[in-house]
Amino acid sequence: MTVTTVTDLHDGAGPSPASANGTVRHGLGSVIRRVWLVPIVIIAWELGTRQAESPFFPPPSRILVHMHELWFSGPASALYLTEEASANFLPSIGRLFSGWALACILGIVLGIALGRSRTLFDYVNPIFEFARAIPPPALIPLFIIIFKIGTPMQLATIVYTVIWPILINTIDGARYLDSLHSETAQVFRLSRAQRFFRIILPAAAPKIFAGMRVSLSMAVILMVVSELVGALNGIGYLIQAKQQTLDLAGMWGGMVLLGLLGYVLNGTFLFVERHVLSWHRQARQTN
Amino acid sequence: MINPRVVRGVVGAAGLLAVAEALGRSGLVDPVLLPPISTVLAAAFQLVVNPEFLADISGTLTVWGGGLLVAVLIAAPLGVLLGTLPAAELAVRPLIEFLRPIPSVVLIPLVTLLMPWDHGIKGTVVVYAAVWPVLINTMYGLRDVDPVAKDTLRSFGFGELAILRRVSLPSAAPFVFTGVRVATAIALIVTISAELLAGGADGIGAFMIRAQSGLRTDIMLAATVWTGILGFAANAVLVRAHRWAFRWHVTKAGGA
Repeated sequence: MTVTTVTDLHDGAGPSPASANGTVRHGLGSVIRRVWLVPIVIIAWELGTRQAESPFFPPPSRILVHMHELWFSGPASALYLTEEASANFLPSIGRLFSGWALACILGIVLGIALGRSRTLFDYVNPIFEFARAIPPPALIPLFIIIFKIGTPMQLATIVYTVIWPILINTIDGARYLDSLHSETAQVFRLSRAQRFFRIILPAAAPKIFAGMRVSLSMAVILMVVSELVGALNGIGYLIQAKQQTLDLAGMWGGMVLLGLLGYVLNGTFLFVERHVLSWHRQARQTN
Repeated sequence: MINPRVVRGVVGAAGLLAVAEALGRSGLVDPVLLPPISTVLAAAFQLVVNPEFLADISGTLTVWGGGLLVAVLIAAPLGVLLGTLPAAELAVRPLIEFLRPIPSVVLIPLVTLLMPWDHGIKGTVVVYAAVWPVLINTMYGLRDVDPVAKDTLRSFGFGELAILRRVSLPSAAPFVFTGVRVATAIALIVTISAELLAGGADGIGAFMIRAQSGLRTDIMLAATVWTGILGFAANAVLVRAHRWAFRWHVTKAGGA
């Protein structure tokens, strides 16, 4: 039960060799075919919300102007972020990345140990199967008791949730080693450390990356959930505060911001993955 | 002969329970705040006959199942449509990529303002979260259909609809099912989140909030155990159903 990149829209969506050889005109056409709907939807959104004049659905132009006023009109020295923005965005993003990084380290180390040792895996498998089935938000009250409200509680929530895809993919990737590779390692008498870094880790890397990407998008969700339940700052906290003060354009602004954050994170991750795993794709292609 | 893997699993679980129990009784933690595991498990057993908790479980099941059903009814046809029309898929993709990462729980403040109906609020949020895996798996499944099979039918004079019914849909079905399984897990997470955040009349999350405010940590943790049992049972049922329904399908994704 591993997470593969099957659920990924980007797979196969990248420029195929044929279109890369195409002319500039051809490239422009394919860009237009990809994005033409976006401006239409935005214009329809703008016109529809202006027509409806519902206080709950402010037009996108007003959301953008309001986002600028609230968050992006600060001094140049603060990268144009206002005080409210830096006091809430930075802690959120800090928790997101530290939680995710912690889960990656724990998940990869544990996953390789469990993937390489069948006995160890048998001991912990039932525990993990059950622990994984608990919806993480149901643990938030427990984490609040243990850690009180604040960053440690939020980190615990994020780590607990996002470690599973990494762990399970790593176990799976580390378990099925190409026998040719492991025999080569034996022949060359590689040390344990060499075997780990030269053979096991690279062999498991594609699966590990698939797990890491799924967990990155889950980390955004859990960041928000934990901030909505109990936090003193953060993007989730901000969205809730805007709702309570009935600043609906501000609330929408927070939601737009989260969409952008997710989009940028996913795009960046795919870019990094393509570079780190380029050897893997090349090796596959020559086969 | 007892399977050594089963023995090891039982030993591992028993070991963890023993350590948790010892920790709970050691006095290192306040037993009112964090009761020993035996107290929690005993409370979990007692909850089975607690009518209040049963009403809460049925509330959770209603939102979870209802939200999932609506999500599948929206996403599967839409995925078929987009999967068979590559031009449409290409155009819609940037919108999907922008909307998908928005965590559905941030919709709670907005939906709360729009809807007076408790189950409707939670259900809407669940639908938003559960739609994506089904939609994307359906689209992917349809794109992955063997072109030779389609061309074969085409050359025998079958129309596009017949090809969809005879080739595309059966070959995409396992992918759709995998999407539903992923969506089921996500929907449970979102249901519990919404109940914790929006409260409401019933639901395991609402039960946990009530237990927490009454300082009954043991009952609260017992409810957590039940959420785990629900998640575990749902996944086990779906994995079995998948294996049974798609015996003929050698899954490429290894996701069975």
